[in-house]
Amino acid sequence: MSQTVHFHSAKEFADRTRAAVGNPAHRRSFRGAMDFLQAKRAAQFPDPQAFENLRTLGEAIRRYSLAHLPDLLERLEARLTANGFHVHWAETAEDANAIALDIARRIEARHVIKGKSMVSEEVGFNHAMEAAGIEALESDMGEYIVQLAGETPSHIIMPAIHKTKQEIATLFAERIPGVDYTEDVDELIRIGRQVLRRKFLAADIGLSGVNFAVAETGTLCLVENEGNGRMCTTVPRIHIAITGIEKVVEKLEHVPPLYSLLTRSATGQAVTTYLNLISGPRRSGELDGPEEVHLILVDNGRSRAYADEQMRATLQCIRCGACMNHCPVYARIGGHAYGTTYPGPIGAIVSPHLLGLESTYPLAFASTLCGACGEVCPVRIPIPELLVRLRNEAQALPTANAPVRGRGAARRMLPSAVWRGWAFVYGHLKTYRLVSWLLSRGRALSPANQGAWTASRTPLVPAPKRLRDLLKEHSR
Amino acid sequence: MSTTRERILGRLRSVPSADVAAPAVDAWYASQEDDDASARVGKLTAALEASHAEVHHCASRDWSSVVLRIAEEKSLRTLLVGAGTPHGEALRRQNDSGNATKSDLQIVDYAASFETWRERLFENIDAGLSVAHSAIAETGSLILWTGPSEPRLLSLVPPVHFVLLDVDRIHATLYAAMQTERWSAGLPTNVLLVSGPSKTADIQQTLAYGAHGPRELVVILRHADGGAS
Ligand code: SF4
Repeated sequence: MSQTVHFHSAKEFADRTRAAVGNPAHRRSFRGAMDFLQAKRAAQFPDPQAFENLRTLGEAIRRYSLAHLPDLLERLEARLTANGFHVHWAETAEDANAIALDIARRIEARHVIKGKSMVSEEVGFNHAMEAAGIEALESDMGEYIVQLAGETPSHIIMPAIHKTKQEIATLFAERIPGVDYTEDVDELIRIGRQVLRRKFLAADIGLSGVNFAVAETGTLCLVENEGNGRMCTTVPRIHIAITGIEKVVEKLEHVPPLYSLLTRSATGQAVTTYLNLISGPRRSGELDGPEEVHLILVDNGRSRAYADEQMRATLQCIRCGACMNHCPVYARIGGHAYGTTYPGPIGAIVSPHLLGLESTYPLAFASTLCGACGEVCPVRIPIPELLVRLRNEAQALPTANAPVRGRGAARRMLPSAVWRGWAFVYGHLKTYRLVSWLLSRGRALSPANQGAWTASRTPLVPAPKRLRDLLKEHSR
Repeated sequence: MSTTRERILGRLRSVPSADVAAPAVDAWYASQEDDDASARVGKLTAALEASHAEVHHCASRDWSSVVLRIAEEKSLRTLLVGAGTPHGEALRRQNDSGNATKSDLQIVDYAASFETWRERLFENIDAGLSVAHSAIAETGSLILWTGPSEPRLLSLVPPVHFVLLDVDRIHATLYAAMQTERWSAGLPTNVLLVSGPSKTADIQQTLAYGAHGPRELVVILRHADGGAS
């Protein structure tokens, strides 16, 4: 059901965008949701200076953690192991799924219940499980709704943001046996709660993501409101946590500032209902909790991004979604148009590292470069600069060992020839004079149809007199 | 497996390490204004109530009768407590002494491993009672340290969750709690911050309580000298 889109052309992206923009109901629900989330976030940061100070701290913590990433990962592994966790390393999405499948097969698992995890979406976990005949059921209310509808999340924090309550009411009545149509939100949630409570009890494995992994104490931190994350990490016999290698921080004291920035930026809450700090499986004498806890550390292109000093900033991300909520493009086209697990500005800068530029370069161009994403990012990732960098990478000459896979994917013969010509003309004074003279003389020959430019603008025509001619006349 | 590990770490190590100063977390929190004890109680109460929790103040010696009264108002039939805990025993004694009104409430011990009675825990327990390890004023968060006498699911599965908190256990911030209590020296297998009843806004941004955990959070703030309202 949930899936990673591994290939899609620029044309498909354009088509999806056109479809999304042409759907007024869809646009209204996104606009409404974005306004709501923006207002809630703004209320959490009434003092701009205090916000700047806190995000300076958040940025410093993330940059420090990344600067020591290999050491911290080793320390994390050692501490977690001492605490009784099993730590696994996955180079690719396939590796990550294979590790989870090995665990599932060992205990002959039939059912996996899932808490919210974007990395599990990234690696296509549900597909891998289903292919092996294992049910993987989402338990976050939004994710559950989206899965029931056979769709994918359209937002990293609010997965079902694209659905109205009428759509959800119809969905529940059609897909859940014995449920009548109701638009009452409390009632809909009660139905979901009841169905999923049975599922928690039936599950052999609980899967979760991780918000922060603390090296010094060997602790996994999970942030949530619903309590389904706690269910997934407590009720089934085995808990598997899956996360990207960038999520590690050195000390416990690094968590409070990031946690505060995360909840306030994401949903405009001062705090979430639960912060779940897991430092081990059930110990002797304890009456509940999983017998085994596994952590799968996923690379999937992250170490490659890490190697490039500028691109490394991408790994600072704490997945708050604020950049999406403030993006004028995302607000209009919504999450599905992007076709990737992570949509919006964060999706545009992270997806090329996960999937390569071949299939993802159009995302870097789907931005007005207005800068809103960079202004709200709680860890100060220079998103607009990274978008420009990725545009350049997409159009640069392909080289082996490029910092992003698929460098040069957007390079086309005609535009590169035009720019090479442009560079030559501007680099040679005599040629420049000659060409500009010829152009102003031949202005009558300018084509009326200039492709996309003239679709909504008047044609570009060279001026009758060049600037240097005007200056000459003027000084006479 | 180990080769994957070495390949990933090798790639990360092949990058010249940047010299980034350690973040000044301590300095940042020191620059925030500090509240005195009574201001912390006020902040905690306000934040909890804003998150849809009920807060009741009482004198330390009265807490059990307060819990029983609320349980009766809510028509609860079963209340789960950690087995062999002083608070569990105290509540049971108070309940059995059955003063004027006869209590229909049954105090249930969380005495056996979850697997042996999971159906009953999920279907037939109305409420759970926890003792908070400490709390955070800034965000109205209760800190629960789980363990044999405070099982993880006690605070999650029953629809109503009672939490006892002594007012002298309230820290200003999460950071202050970690530092004062020296969390980095060792943590139980599961520490929880609870800041209200379970909730979701996943359907059209409409807030609904009791998503997967408790629908109601009832906090009993115990004042040592009985100086409470
Ligand atoms: S890039 Fe920044 S704003 Fe966007 S999700 Fe990541 S942390 Fe949040």
